[in-house]
This record gives sequence, C-alpha cells and structure tokens, in this order.
Amino acid sequence: MSTIDYSVEERLVHGDRSLKQIDDAIVNPLDAKPNIKYILALGLTVTMLMIGAASLGWTFYKGIGVWGNNNPVGWAFDIVNFVFWIGIGHAGTLISAILFLFRQRWRNGIARFAEAMTIFAVMTALIFPIIHTGRPWVAAVYLLPYPNQHSVWVNFISPLLWDVFAVSTYFTVSFIFWYIGLIPDFATMRDRTTSKIKKVIFSVLSLGWRFSNRHWQHYEMLYLILAGLSTPLVLSVHTVVSFDFAVSVIPGWHTTIFPPYFVAGAIFSGFAMVQNALIVIRKIFEIEDLIPLKTLETMNKIILVTGTMVGYAYGMEFFIAWYSGNQLETFTFINRAFGPYAWAYWIMVSCNVLSPQFFWFKKLRTSIPFMFVIAVFVNVGMWFERFVIIVTSLSRDYLPSSWAYYRPTMFDFGLLIGSFGLFFTLVLLFAKNLPAISIAEIKSVSEGAQPSHHGESNHSANGTHGDGHNG
Amino acid sequence: MDKKLYSVAATFGNADDIILATGKIASAGYTNYDVNTPYPIHGMDDAMRLKPSKIGYFTITFGLTGTALILWLMYWVTTTDYPQVIGGKPFFALPAFIPITFEATVLLAAVGSALSLFIYFFKFPNNSHPLHDTEYMKSCSSDKYGIYVEAKDPLFDEVRIKALMHECGAENVYDVNYEEDFLTAKFEIFDKKFIGALIVLAIIVSASTYLHLNKLLYMTPFNWMMDQPKVSAQQKSTFFADGFGMRTPVEGTVARGNMPYAYKGQPDEAGKYLTNPLQNNDKNLALGKAKFLTFCSPCHGNTGMGDSRLNGQFPNGPTLHSDKVTNWPDGNLYHVITEGQNVMPGYFRQVTKDERWAIVLYLRTLQRALNAKEGDLK
Ligand code: HEC
Repeated sequence: MSTIDYSVEERLVHGDRSLKQIDDAIVNPLDAKPNIKYILALGLTVTMLMIGAASLGWTFYKGIGVWGNNNPVGWAFDIVNFVFWIGIGHAGTLISAILFLFRQRWRNGIARFAEAMTIFAVMTALIFPIIHTGRPWVAAVYLLPYPNQHSVWVNFISPLLWDVFAVSTYFTVSFIFWYIGLIPDFATMRDRTTSKIKKVIFSVLSLGWRFSNRHWQHYEMLYLILAGLSTPLVLSVHTVVSFDFAVSVIPGWHTTIFPPYFVAGAIFSGFAMVQNALIVIRKIFEIEDLIPLKTLETMNKIILVTGTMVGYAYGMEFFIAWYSGNQLETFTFINRAFGPYAWAYWIMVSCNVLSPQFFWFKKLRTSIPFMFVIAVFVNVGMWFERFVIIVTSLSRDYLPSSWAYYRPTMFDFGLLIGSFGLFFTLVLLFAKNLPAISIAEIKSVSEGAQPSHHGESNHSANGTHGDGHNG
Repeated sequence: MDKKLYSVAATFGNADDIILATGKIASAGYTNYDVNTPYPIHGMDDAMRLKPSKIGYFTITFGLTGTALILWLMYWVTTTDYPQVIGGKPFFALPAFIPITFEATVLLAAVGSALSLFIYFFKFPNNSHPLHDTEYMKSCSSDKYGIYVEAKDPLFDEVRIKALMHECGAENVYDVNYEEDFLTAKFEIFDKKFIGALIVLAIIVSASTYLHLNKLLYMTPFNWMMDQPKVSAQQKSTFFADGFGMRTPVEGTVARGNMPYAYKGQPDEAGKYLTNPLQNNDKNLALGKAKFLTFCSPCHGNTGMGDSRLNGQFPNGPTLHSDKVTNWPDGNLYHVITEGQNVMPGYFRQVTKDERWAIVLYLRTLQRALNAKEGDLK
C-alpha cells in the first residue's frame, strides 16, 4: 500500500489502444449485429416487462383493488418499489458527480453507464406513485397544466409535495448531466457513421458540436458546476423521500435518523445494482478491459462501507426505541424483529448487514461470481428494508382493533417483476445503441493523451480544467 | 456554385504539437482561430489565452431567480391566495418551505446554465457550420488535433499560415470552403414535402383526437368508473333467484311513509272520499310546480295544454284543461297520478303522497289561470 506513488497516475485504460482504436472499441459493437448473449438477455428482460405490463393492464381495468393493500396497510408494494428504485438511482449520481468532485479517476469508465442507470431507475420509480393514484390518466390530465380554477393550491408543507419537487428535479438534472456528457460522443458517432439515417439522428443529437476548444472551455466549467449542483441534490432526494415517513406520526417512521440512514441505504443498494449490471454488460459486450476488475473491487469497498453504515442505523434504531422510553416505539421495533413480519426483518438484516462483511477479504471482493451473488443479496436486503419499514409499521399502529396482516397478490409481484424488466430492458437497449462508455473521457485519460510537461503553467491549481472534465 | 474560403486548417498527430502550434498562432496575433480536439487538452486555454469561462454567473443568476420565484409563490399562495392553517403552523412556515426552495434553486440553476451553454455560449444548434462534414472535422472528432484560422481574420495570409503549420509539424493542411448560396439559401414554405408533412400531421392529430374524445373515453377503464362491481337499478343479478337486481319489499311489510293506496282501481271512490290535505300556499305551489315540470310536463306540456315534447314517441298526453278534468274532484286527479290511466303510467313510486297533492294544487291553479273569472283578478 505504502509504495503507491500518487504523483503518477494509475493507468485507467487497459490494453494499449490508440485514440482511433478507442472509437472502434466503443462504437463498433453499437453498429454490429447483436450477439446471442445480448438477444437472450433482452428476451428475458422483455418477458419480465410483459409480465409487468399485463399486471398493470389488469390493475387499470379492475382498479388497484387487485393489489394486496388493505386497511391499515395503505402503502405497500407500490411505495416499497418506489423508494427502492429511487435509491438505485443514487449510485449513478454519486459516481458521476461526487466522485468527479473527489477526482476519483476510476469512475471514468463507468460514469456514463451509471448515469444512464440513474435515469432509468428514476423512470421506473416514478411509475409507482403515479399508478398508485388508481387512475393515472386522470392524474396526467389534472396535473399538467395544474387546473386551478378554484384557487385550491397544493400543500407546500406536505413532504409528499417536497417529494414531487425533489424527484422531478433529480430526474431533470440527471438527464441534463447525462445528455451534456453525451454530446461530444454523439458528434464522434456522427462523423463516423456511414448510414444516412444515423447521420441525421446524431447530427440532431450532437446539436452541431465541433470539438472547439472555445466550447470545451465552457463545457468543462458547466460540467463542474453540474457536478457541484448534483452533489447536494442527490443527498437531498433520499432525504426528502425519507421525510415522507419521518414527518408522519406512525411509530417506526417518526425518527430523525431516517434521512442519513436512507441516503446510506440508497448508495448501498445503488452500488450493488450498478455492480451487477456492469458485470453482465461487460460479459455481453466483451469489454472487460474497459471496465477493469479494479473498478468493481472499488465499488465493493463502497458497498462494504455503506452496508456497515446501514447496519449501524439498524442498531441505533433499536437502541433509541429502548432509550427513548416510548412504549409505542419499543413495541414497533420488537414487533419488527419478532412479530408476524419477523421473517422479512431477518432477511433484511442478514442480506444487508452480514453479507457485505465478506468484502473485508480481498480474495472474495475480487472474485466476480462471488461479488455478483453478494450484490444480489444486498438488493434483496434493501428491498426488504423498505418493505419492513413501510409494512410492519402500518400493519400494527396505534389501534390494535384495526391491525391487519398484509399479503401481496400476484399482481403486486407482477408489477415488481415488471419494474425489473423495464429497468434492465432500458439498460440493455442503452448499452447497445448509445456509447455506454464516454469516448471523450476515456481518450483524455489514455496513454499520451495530454501534453508532456513543457509549456505547462499553473493549470492544475485551476480546478476547472486542470484535470479535464474527467476528474 | 461559388466556393469561398472559410479557413485554413491543419491537423496534428499529438497533443504537444497542437499546443506548440496554438501558441505560435496566438502570438502571431490571430484572433479568429480555434482549436478542435477530440477531448479537452490540458493547458490549451492558456495557449489560446482564453479568459476563464463566465458560465458560473449564469448559474448563480438562474439559481437565485429560482429561489426568489419559488419563495414568492409559496408566500403568495399560503398567505394571500389560499391561506390554510395546516398542522398548527404559521401561514408562512419557512422551515417547511426549505426543501422545495432548495429543489427549485437547483432545478433552475441547472436548466438555466445548460440552456445558456447551448444558446448563449455555443449558439447551438448549428449543424450548418462550414466545418461540418469536412475531412478536417472528421479527423478531429476521432484522433487528430486540429487548428484553423478563419479567412475573415484581419491578419489572414494563406501562405504564411500554411508555412507556419508545416513548420510545427502539421500532418495535413486543408482549405475549408463553403458555398455562398448555401448560406443564403432560404426555406421554402410552399415546399411540397413540407406541405405534405403538415397534412399528414393534421390527419394524425385529428384522428387521434377523435379516437380519444369519442371512443377511448367511453371504454373501461377510462370511462369515469362507470363499470363498478355493484348491482345498480335495472341490472341483472346472478345472486337473487329471480334474476332481478332490484328488490321488492318483503311481503306483508310496509315501509315507512308508504301506506298502501286504499282506492286501487276505484277512481270514482277516490274522487268521492279523498280531499286535498294541503294548504293552498306558496310553498306547496312551488313544490307542485317543480314536480309537475319534472314528471308531467314531458307529456302534458309545461302548462298542461297537451303540447307534449315527446315528438310522437309516446301517445300525447291530452290537455288537462278539458271540462272533464276541470270538473273532476281533486280525488280523481290524485287517483290518475297515483295509478295512471290506460297508457299513462302511475307515478306513486317516484312522487310521494304530499308531492302528488301538491301537483293537484298546482294543476288547479293552472286551470284557474287559464279560465280566470272576473273575481280572480283581484
Ligand atoms: C308518459 C307520458 C305522460 C306523463 C309523464 C303523464 N301523463 Fe297524464 N296522461 C298521459 C296520457 C297518454 C293520457 C291519456 C290516457 C288515456 O288515454 O286515458 C294521460 C291522461 C292524464 C289525465 C286524464 C285526462 C283525461 O282527459 O282523461 C290526467 C288528469 C293526467 N294525465 C295528469 C297527469 C299528471 C298530473 C302527470 C304528472 C304526475 C301526468 N299526467 C304525467 C301521458 C302522460
């Protein structure tokens, strides 16, 4: 460890590739016919998507009564899935914005992909609050433009409204960030392609980008600014999501630990999901050298850290339940661990707290099959965390006479499967049709890409372009 | 067509050379030149002597505008337009407004600076720039580092620039031309393709609007919850043995206020023994009028003249101002309303006892109004 010379940059792109070869390596697979692995994967995800679509169709036709939601469990799979998917998105912004500000160069190969995953995860998440209104087409008609003939306004004090602002801002800003990153790559593809249609498409998408240095200058500055804006934004999003619970008065929800605990959990599950998807994608598209094992290992370390933070939060919740002396709170937590939903609680604890601990061992965190399985466990665990928080608290709140056990129906499961289908279908289509690795960023960190030191001035002191927009 | 020289351009094979060449071009005093590189090169901004980007000012302006606008909106809504006490908080509950204020600030800052980048700094979209589709651009978008000097530069001297480029180790030197008429080309509004596209668009929009408003909105589940799992009037039921959704009262029972009618099928007895229990006052007349207009006027006309609105879909109701009806005792009228007469159905289900008597009162008033006697005018 101590022998690393930090003044020398670590090689990020493995395999000796000229700039032209980088273009080829990233763009050629997009033009090539899909291989059998890709078709199989897409077939699987589209099947899952169809299961979701059928469940949704039936839900629309019959109404949300086909779900298992009951009284008092009015929030169940719908909101569990929403919180889960929003959380998944957080890893993407963390990788593209926070790690950029921290100049973590290993992020370059995966940033674009992780940003795309953010966008798709937020899209998937947004489906759930919309469909749980029951008749979302009416919601669409009555939300935009906001019909205010009666001067009845929304409640600005409600966390649910904060959530609308937080999630839509998050989606918009992530999308802008992602799109701005794509512009130079669109221009490269525009100049490479021989197909007339693609030429038109990429010309439109690249907006006429000319790689001009007078543009790069503003471009890099904006990239830095957006990273700076996204960093507090991503932290705010799951904080606000946690307010949906924390600001209410249900025992088990009404706790101040929720915001940091939700953010840590979001990053935890998000990294697990990105790691899973990357392993699949580098296998399907055979780009193992562009996403090296080192990157995956670093991600596993972050999973270990955030997993341990989540474990701490679980412990602290229990402690406070006892220490506060609040009977309702104490009851809720004992009920979580030993009540009718104990099975869910212990799945959550073993997946989230115990399974990442294996990553203390270098051998295990560098074994691809092993890390894949652990990350799957983490996501199962994080899904159950939201389930435990939402369902156990609601199913037994203040009035024992209204307690009820919640049982999901097949349509609930169908929608859950469908959400995974939608997300991975989008991920696969993205990876096949757009450059999933930033061409310009990879070029800028390849061997000999930057001038040797003559003529170097006091640039690196100037944070904007000292390191290129790649961190 | 006339070709004009846009610029002289050169490409270089590595980052050191381009920095060198840029330095020379800059120190030679050229101003209308630019460098095109596949990714940003460290130190290039200094070599080109560019001032730091000002886009940050846009960000802060847009961001603070967002803060101000959303705070103003929330202030105006919660204190002026729709003041509501929620959770015992003051109308203007600043702490609770912070999340939204923050989100709106970030949103406006991000969207505003992205738009200003494209529109103000880049003047994008610009796909008709002379550099597009040139050999030069194509190599700069892949693996070469290019520099060009525009012909409009005051110091422009083709020969001298080319020499300078070669001296710095240029791999290729290009003349970038553009066609004069390309820049002056105008968009034809009556272009066949354009008109065709407009027509196709119009058809698609009308067809989908029609389908949406006339078909889709009447289909389950879009039809405002018309289809509900409950038995409504006139519906078949699989639950009851007789197959009717509607239920009749249990035999031998009388629901409150539903005393059976004593003169079934006996209009004469009804006329003889029944008298109107209601007082002739404004309230009862108003009730009678309302009920008459609802239940009787479709067949008998608004004033009972027999001017039916049914357009022959049902035998017209006769006038209610005939001598026969005028001379009937109240009981007979009451009987017809209750039981009906020949094709006219009875209205005892829809119209309560008191309402029936109120209609009788109103009918009498109508009759009197049409045949007013001298004394009525008082
Ligand atoms: C569906 C149309 C219809 C409605 C509604 C209707 N009637 Fe009639 N009514 C008729 C017809 C048709 C006759 C003639 C029946 C016959 O052939 O004896 C009639 C006859 C009468 C008669 C007897 C007239 C006569 O010369 O024998 C009276 C009185 C009368 N209606 C009053 C009413 C009143 C009061 C109402 C409102 C409660 C009413 N009707 C509602 C269709 C209607």
